[in-house]
Amino acid sequence: MDIALWVILGILAVLVLFFILTYNGLIRLRNQVKNAWAQIDVQLKRRYDLIPNLMETVRGYMKHERETMEAVTNARNLAQRVPGGSVGARSIAEGELSSALSKLLAVVENYPDLKANQNFLALQEELSSTENKISFSRQYYNDSVLNFNNKIQMFPSNIIASMSGFKIGEFFEVTVATEREAPRVSFS
Amino acid sequence: MWEQIRSNRIRSVVLVIVMGIFLFLIGYFIGLYFFDSGIAGLLIALIIWAIMTLVAYFQGDRILLASAGAKKISHDDHPRLYNIVEEMRIASGLPKTPDIYIIDDTSLNAFATGRDPNKCAVAITSGLLQQLNRDELQGVMAHELSHIKNRDVLLMAMVSVLLGAIVMLSWYASRIMIFGGGGSRRNSSSGGGGAGQAIIMVIALVLMIMAPIFAQLIYFAVSRKREYLADASAALYTRYPEGLASALEKLGASARQLKSANKATAPMYIINPFRKKGLSAGELTSTHPPIMERIRILRSMGGGASFVDYDKAYRHVHKGGGGVIPAATMSLSGTSYQAITTETSDDEPDRLTRES
Repeated sequence: MDIALWVILGILAVLVLFFILTYNGLIRLRNQVKNAWAQIDVQLKRRYDLIPNLMETVRGYMKHERETMEAVTNARNLAQRVPGGSVGARSIAEGELSSALSKLLAVVENYPDLKANQNFLALQEELSSTENKISFSRQYYNDSVLNFNNKIQMFPSNIIASMSGFKIGEFFEVTVATEREAPRVSFS
Repeated sequence: MWEQIRSNRIRSVVLVIVMGIFLFLIGYFIGLYFFDSGIAGLLIALIIWAIMTLVAYFQGDRILLASAGAKKISHDDHPRLYNIVEEMRIASGLPKTPDIYIIDDTSLNAFATGRDPNKCAVAITSGLLQQLNRDELQGVMAHELSHIKNRDVLLMAMVSVLLGAIVMLSWYASRIMIFGGGGSRRNSSSGGGGAGQAIIMVIALVLMIMAPIFAQLIYFAVSRKREYLADASAALYTRYPEGLASALEKLGASARQLKSANKATAPMYIINPFRKKGLSAGELTSTHPPIMERIRILRSMGGGASFVDYDKAYRHVHKGGGGVIPAATMSLSGTSYQAITTETSDDEPDRLTRES
């Protein structure tokens, strides 16, 4: 009798321990995803802030690019209006902004005066670095989501995940076709 | 993939314990020989180790940066460098952008320091900063940040403190033994002396000669493993192994030694600061793997950028033999990551925007 009782207690203890460890692991991964999303958000906001400055600098030089410039401003305003939580909608809007921006930076080639402007060069460094930061934070975010989703869907942690109502995370994907091609910004 | 620290930690602990045992064995036998008491020797070893550890832990980064003559920079001093470090901080998932220092030196090198991810710094020589394009700089910074991310800095500091304590104890004790005469032998009664004393002396001598050598070999081996891991992490963070590979190529072509480096700080640098051109150091006694080999591994990753790809490339270059990335780490990062393979034309050395 005694032995059977101990065995049952032992099994229970192991189960409880397993539950605690797995649950905490899931929480940790979910927080990592949230934190990674916050990182993307910071960089996207930074890009919104940089664009008006860029427009201001570029306006004096680019007489014939009204459409390209308007496309950037519009895409920025649209992206800014997407509610913070929805990853899918956000990634579409940000994709549009990226492609509009890369078109604008591509036509800079035709304006040698602009390319010699110190102010513009500094802005361009900031802007392209922000683009990099966006893609690196997206890379980290997607890796985090992948780890989180694996944990949620794989046995045995999936049992605890579904018991505790964890939902799989959404990837921040490149949704606009034009954005798949690397925006070429020449700095030379 | 972010779990690699855990599997490394176990190995690191084993290593530190082995070196600790060396240190205390030396202390014990020195105590036995000089004071007829192993405990006294243990205490001496312990005190030396504790003082060195405390100094290294709380002042190590400051000492290192000060001795290298490094100057801290802000965003406006060098926007590009600052941005690149921040980009890599984001890619590696570190909580805080490290302090960035520039060392005014024409030689080519870079290092990372700091005891934990919240209090860390990276430094780069102005020579290297000038020579590298953006991609290469990114690769180098990713390598340095992964030293921080993998806690290599802390581990190597602990290990080099142990090594330093072992070397110091052995050096002084053996000098006293040889030139200073017989220690406590003269004072102790001739009672049980004789054979027992002789055996202790032999053991102590052998330990004093062997321990520093073994400790050093362990230290070198760990340091080299860490370099491979940092290279693999750099490829993973940037998704562009070629960046680091071509940076290493430039580093390898330079023959200048860093003036301010010393042996204890060597493993923190991206390449061995004592390397001379055309003179390959012995395999076992180098803190860094040969540069050509590191480049070859990075270049044979075949379009991938994950740890698995790096491990495959390592095995390929080494023709059999074990891999370099711990199995536990790889299984967690089994997903393959595509490396960025945008070609860079010659007239446009900076690939400034990444493929998103």
